[in-house]
Amino acid sequence: MQRQAAGYCEHEHTADWELEAWAPDLAGLLEQAARGMYALAGTQLHPQPRLQRDIHIAADDPESLLVMFLQELLYLGETEGVGFDDFEVKVKDLQLHARLSGAPIRSQSKEIKAVTYHNLKVIENEDGVRARVVFDI
Amino acid sequence: MVSIKDLIKISDFEWEIPKSFRQDMRVPVRIFATRELLEVVMDDKSLEQAVNTATLPGLVGRVVVMPDMHQGYGFPIGGVAATRYPEGVISPGGIGYDINCGVRLLGSQIEYEAVKDLLDSIASALNHYCPSGVGTTGHVKVDYAELDRVCKEGSKWALKKGFATEADLRRTEEGGCLEGADPECVSKKAKERGRDQIGTLGAGNHFIEVDLIQQVFDNQAASAMGLSEGCLAVQIHCGSRGFGHQICTDYVQEFQGAVRRYNIHLPDRELVCAPLDSPEGRSYLAAMRCAANYAFANRQVLAHAARKAFEEVLAGKVSNWHLHQVYDIAHNMGKIETHEIDGEKVTVCVHRKGATRAFGPGFEGLPEEYRKIGQPVMVPGSMGTSSWVLVGTEDSMKRSFGSTCHGAGRVMSRAKAKKTVWGDRLKAELEASGIRVRAGSLSGLAEEAPQAYKDVDDVVTTVTGAGIARKVARLVPVAVIKG
Repeated sequence: MQRQAAGYCEHEHTADWELEAWAPDLAGLLEQAARGMYALAGTQLHPQPRLQRDIHIAADDPESLLVMFLQELLYLGETEGVGFDDFEVKVKDLQLHARLSGAPIRSQSKEIKAVTYHNLKVIENEDGVRARVVFDI
Repeated sequence: MVSIKDLIKISDFEWEIPKSFRQDMRVPVRIFATRELLEVVMDDKSLEQAVNTATLPGLVGRVVVMPDMHQGYGFPIGGVAATRYPEGVISPGGIGYDINCGVRLLGSQIEYEAVKDLLDSIASALNHYCPSGVGTTGHVKVDYAELDRVCKEGSKWALKKGFATEADLRRTEEGGCLEGADPECVSKKAKERGRDQIGTLGAGNHFIEVDLIQQVFDNQAASAMGLSEGCLAVQIHCGSRGFGHQICTDYVQEFQGAVRRYNIHLPDRELVCAPLDSPEGRSYLAAMRCAANYAFANRQVLAHAARKAFEEVLAGKVSNWHLHQVYDIAHNMGKIETHEIDGEKVTVCVHRKGATRAFGPGFEGLPEEYRKIGQPVMVPGSMGTSSWVLVGTEDSMKRSFGSTCHGAGRVMSRAKAKKTVWGDRLKAELEASGIRVRAGSLSGLAEEAPQAYKDVDDVVTTVTGAGIARKVARLVPVAVIKG
């Protein structure tokens, strides 16, 4: 079966969650990882009101950018009760500028404590980039 | 990959991975496990993670791994590592995101037979008074100045607010307050996350459980703890909530740069660390202590709520419905302690990640009534199976930095548990076996199914067989509240 150009899937991990995401470029990888994280947590959004957030993050390496971006989404979910389903992500020279659209969270079945660096590596190959992220839950 | 043939057998309950196994190991790894328990973890990365942990700068003695070990992130869950103070390092990931996740045990003189028809009401009242689940806020709201006081005072703050008794604090690790907590070292984000979560259980593997004390193995110790066969007890398992998660997140991020500045080379970025006497190390230690104190206060407020729930249901129906504190102990913590290593007394920072402090008899920090028997240790089983009350021993001081196991230990992934266990069917099975269940999420319940865990009795047989703990009592669940 041919894999889609961008996507995510869950891998077995004894205690926590391991998510693999892939995309043609780093910006796409960040989006897929975010979508995967919301899916793993069972996040459901209200249809209205729609809202937007702009996020800017600078990092030293692609792995840090990925962790910091996902961590920011967890923080916004916990403190403001908002989640996102529409992503406009731009990355240049390890600087991320994202315009996120979403809505208040209606329900969430799982609590993600944190995004870890465990064995984290953003790997470039001929199809684009991929990474496996372990979440502490 | 580590295989069983790489291990040196010390006894039926103890194994070693020698320092020579990998070039970057600074100390050996000592594993407390039976061969059967070892074989179970050979499919995951627990031992590889223990070997990685053994590369941290400043380690002394050996990295110790408990029989409830399983794969974590960075450190294995069930890992204990001590670094020389102050030259060694401190690793936030070696303490975990849920700083001072721990267990509180409340005992009672309430006889199960006298109240068994009221257990449904008790479960519902506990569920009402003890908020649980994802994104839940607590009944106790604090402003930022008050939150700073929680950080500095822990259970002492709860005492001032009427949520605790003097006896509760006396029977809490460190009296429920670690000295040296500095709220200035905690980010605004952590404070935002923590401000409205005091007195909440959270989700995942956290729970409140009402237990029946099924069997007492050590009358003297059980009597000192006020535990009698046939009576009820309550366990509260939770930690520092979003407050601690954010503090660990912030420092794991900050230490990514610290390892470069201090020229520390590690096999896994989650192991990032900084010297204990560096500005970064001191700052993390002060912030971690804030989260530890927050968690002590959190469990104290939940204990107060549990007492209210029991009073509401049992007042006028039994003569004594009081829940007395047996002990409250952390299993994710970094502590500065003195241990004897190769005949020399050494001050160390003991990282316990999914391992419980288990100090033996004579330790001055214990309340008078426990000084002869040793420190109480609570080992919760998986949902629906038994839990254990143990005490620390002189051997635990000599062989495991005064530490023992913390639970049953997962063996099945959450993904597999979700595929093989149906939450509603599990709930029905538990209730058919006499356990009342209040669960916020059925899929969350399925992930925590008993079959996803090792047999806690095997884990306890190992630590007691190895001599790093002694059995006091076995508890069986009669009501479970989960987020």
